[in-house]
Amino acid sequence: MSYHLNYGYIWTHFGKLGWGLVLSLELAFVSILIGMAIGLSLALAYTARGGLVRRAVAGYVEFIRNVPLLLLVYLVFYGVPSVGGFAYDATESFVITLSVYAGATMVEVFRAGLAAVPRGLIDAGKAIGLTGWQRLIWVRLPTMFRIVLPSLSNAFVSLFKDTSLASVIAVPELTYGAQWINTNSFRVIEVWSVAAPMYLVTGYVLLFLLQRLERRFSVH
Amino acid sequence: MLYAIQSLPFLWGGLLITLEVSALVVFLSLVAGVVLGIGIAYGPRWIYWPIRIYSDFLRGIPLLVLIFFIYYALPLVGVNFTNVMSVVVALSAFEAAHIIEVVRGAIQSIHHGQNEAAKAIGLRFTQRLLYVIAPQAIRRFLPPWINAVVDTVKGSALVSLVGIVDLTLAIQQVIGRTYIPMPLYVLGAVMYFLINYSLSSASRRLEARFAYIRE
Repeated sequence: MSYHLNYGYIWTHFGKLGWGLVLSLELAFVSILIGMAIGLSLALAYTARGGLVRRAVAGYVEFIRNVPLLLLVYLVFYGVPSVGGFAYDATESFVITLSVYAGATMVEVFRAGLAAVPRGLIDAGKAIGLTGWQRLIWVRLPTMFRIVLPSLSNAFVSLFKDTSLASVIAVPELTYGAQWINTNSFRVIEVWSVAAPMYLVTGYVLLFLLQRLERRFSVH
Repeated sequence: MLYAIQSLPFLWGGLLITLEVSALVVFLSLVAGVVLGIGIAYGPRWIYWPIRIYSDFLRGIPLLVLIFFIYYALPLVGVNFTNVMSVVVALSAFEAAHIIEVVRGAIQSIHHGQNEAAKAIGLRFTQRLLYVIAPQAIRRFLPPWINAVVDTVKGSALVSLVGIVDLTLAIQQVIGRTYIPMPLYVLGAVMYFLINYSLSSASRRLEARFAYIRE
């Protein structure tokens, strides 16, 4: 028996995939913003203080990086409300998970970025009489952002792909839309052969756009 | 808490599946990744481009999408795998794409003078690869490869979504019976953490050990 391709059902319900893709991008975008805030503050704390703070930050990074994201998604969605006595919807819960997950990557990125700011620049800032805070805001942070931009764009595309895990708690993003069409029509090859290139093309378009941004702000 | 302890034998079964799937995938992706990685580093254009496209394609889609695609689509084109086999294929194909890049990077990081010197003393391609390039490249290969192994163990949690009772699904099933999610999720997270942390600290030790190598 041969299988006849029929894309009709996919096109009538393409909204599930299209709007799903938009939600995926939104999830990734919000999460990387919150992740960057977490990452930057922890990286600064890590660089400025020793001992306990360092160990706490390292513990957070190691824990998140060594546990499957799927388990973290379950833990935050099913586990935390069961002991916290409160509830949030699936989308909020996933954004929290992905932000905490992104935060762990961002700590490492920003820590390396801060360490890569040339010593001479900081000394020059000191020489013209900038205070510690002024050096941070006008010298170290701008230089650091330009250094870490390539890592940030990779992290963003990677997070965009990780948003597919939101489907397991029924957040209506792209993978969830594809699964919905899959279970309702059994047009299996068709739906995944549309969904996979949507991720692929969006990912590479993002990377292309971000690389133009990188060239614009390149340190060299 | 008591339930969490009582469920340990059941979770142990799930843990074994996680470890078995991971070990199989690590082996298959290593073999495929090294062969294709050498192909992409040295091959002529007709070998280079198909591998390049394969690698960029697989690294560009989410692992979950690949797993669903292979799990649902293979039977339709007449390939009847068990569910474990089909996720092993999906995970291996995905990890191999990453290992190709690790191998390529490791080989290309070796100064080309090494290859030329080996040519000058009359070594054939396989000899150059085995005796000159590989011993140096393997030091650059090992740390990122262990990271790929950690990713494999983490990625193997996704097999629970196609009904394979690995550690993650075992936890879900125990929670389905007991309705005490938090202790079990934390227990599961700790189990994954212990496996992966020992791997990633091994990677860091190797990196430190090979740190003396400089161009």
